[in-house]
Amino acid sequence: MATVTLENLRKSYGNTEVIHGVDIDIADGEFIVIVGPSGCGKSTLLRMVAGLETVTSGDILIGGRNVNSVEPMDRDIAMVFQNYALYPHMSVFDNMAYGLKIAKVPKDEIAKRVANAAEILQLVPYLTRKPRELSGGQRQRVAMGRAIVRKPAVFLFDEPLSNLDAKLRVQMRLEIKALQRDLGVTSLYVTHDQVEAMTLADRMIVMNGGVADQIGKPLEVYADPATEFVAGFIGSPSTNFLDAGRLGRRVEGGAKVGIRPEHIRTVAQSETDYAGKVVYSEPLGAETLIHLKLLDGEDVTVRQEGALPIPSEGESCGLAWEAKDEMVFAKDGIRLRQ
Amino acid sequence: MEKRVTFKGMWLPLLLIAPQIVITAVFFFYPAGQAIWQSLFIPDPFGLSMKWVGLGNFEFLLKDSFYRASFVTTAIFSTLVTVVSMGVALYLAVLADRLIKGSGTYRTLLIWPYAVAPAVAGVLWLFMFNTRVGVVTWYLGLLGYDWNHVLNDSEAMGLVVVASAWGRISYNFLFFLAGLQAIPKSVIEAAAIDGARFWTRFRTIVFPLLSPTTFFLLVVNIIYAFFETFGVIHTITSGGPQQATTILVYKVYSDGFVGQDLGSSAAQSVILLLIVSILTVVQFKYIERRVHY
Repeated sequence: MATVTLENLRKSYGNTEVIHGVDIDIADGEFIVIVGPSGCGKSTLLRMVAGLETVTSGDILIGGRNVNSVEPMDRDIAMVFQNYALYPHMSVFDNMAYGLKIAKVPKDEIAKRVANAAEILQLVPYLTRKPRELSGGQRQRVAMGRAIVRKPAVFLFDEPLSNLDAKLRVQMRLEIKALQRDLGVTSLYVTHDQVEAMTLADRMIVMNGGVADQIGKPLEVYADPATEFVAGFIGSPSTNFLDAGRLGRRVEGGAKVGIRPEHIRTVAQSETDYAGKVVYSEPLGAETLIHLKLLDGEDVTVRQEGALPIPSEGESCGLAWEAKDEMVFAKDGIRLRQ
Repeated sequence: MEKRVTFKGMWLPLLLIAPQIVITAVFFFYPAGQAIWQSLFIPDPFGLSMKWVGLGNFEFLLKDSFYRASFVTTAIFSTLVTVVSMGVALYLAVLADRLIKGSGTYRTLLIWPYAVAPAVAGVLWLFMFNTRVGVVTWYLGLLGYDWNHVLNDSEAMGLVVVASAWGRISYNFLFFLAGLQAIPKSVIEAAAIDGARFWTRFRTIVFPLLSPTTFFLLVVNIIYAFFETFGVIHTITSGGPQQATTILVYKVYSDGFVGQDLGSSAAQSVILLLIVSILTVVQFKYIERRVHY
């Protein structure tokens, strides 16, 4: 168990810098999720912590020790890969025992630890099977087991759930969270799925183009995004962005106004200056998403209670929201606070 | 999903496989049948008549100490060729696999020797090791070593092994490199995080995962060493000195076409055919079980 610190961490391939300086202090036992679209550098960041990519500049400290030039095997970490990276020619038992055998752990100790991990992960009936004889979810568990048995200081997860189907993903998400709580191991978890990030994270790092746009607790990030990117990326359906000039909100330097779909409501046209035509509605039961086109061509999504009446397609609606729910962003995407 | 075409009649499918059947028949079944037939006779020196001897040719061969020596020679030769060509190829492939820049050039250069015909390769090596004008011989002479594969058994064997293996390395290299690149990078990284250093990773992960490739190459290389090395041996040593490099296939040629003993030569072909069939069956039956797919 250990703290992890990244200090102004940078990575370049040739002349192209892909990580532009990331700083974070991760507390012992904390679950950190790194989230962002593909190509934002989140996997590279994780692989640098793992020691699979070199550090161009900045420092990585694990348990207070600078590990910049320490080999992956000596960093006291375990990693779960997206494709599980199981050893295809070894049984489940051997897959989990591999690292311990190399570390010359006594045989009975290996057997005990693997049995214990198999118990936790419900893998006991499968210990003699080869990975190809397992389902996706079971392989995922073996990969987890391989990480657990080594009792590392830090768990690294590289999109571990993206190869699973939707139902299994939700189930495994809960299991990972529960497991991490029980073991209390500091974890870094990379995903492109903002729902995974919201549900798993103690704190999350939202990455955008090699920059950590915002680091914070999921609900704080959701309620108070620091940039236009974060406001758009976190939350589904995405935040509506409207042209500040056209709204008549003259905020100094403001370019766009963001309003979350649940903060907009449909009203009679006489009550408001803003109106749009309903393009289509998605009744989801508990809630309804209404997609509208404003008169000047901008798209807006409104999320309302499922019990409220649903406007028909082509109908014109007025739109209203509270001024406190407006988030104003400058041209470069930075949030402007009034 | 498996897709199968179903034909209505018999004629179209027959026509479609006919070219393959005809080629196999003309170039394999017919000569093989001829060999079996001829192995039961002794023709006169002018080839005008044939005398039925039953299994006499085989009986004579198995008693012949030269023929039995040729078995041992073949075993040593094919083992050495296979081990050398596969070992060197695997080593080069592992190096090439780690290469990031210029791997294309490296690969192309390594593939070139494969384009050289065995006989031409034989002549190349012969010139280098020629006892009077060979470059390598000269340098070895400077180092105080008197190279003479014309007189020395093991030097002759060494030379034909190296010359045969040389052309084969390219082929094996290609397959090993493809095999190495098919191993998911993350598996290697997982092993690295698990604490395995390069050699441990190679022994416990890479080599087992390469085993289908290794197995395939083993079969192909042994068959190559048995048959296709004829050109190399013919150009470099002609089976000498004192039959030290006369492998079975070379003996078929020298007894049949040089010694004009066509009956014995045919009998040897039949034995060779049997050996290769047995070897292949054994390999697939026993070694393949140990292969991890």
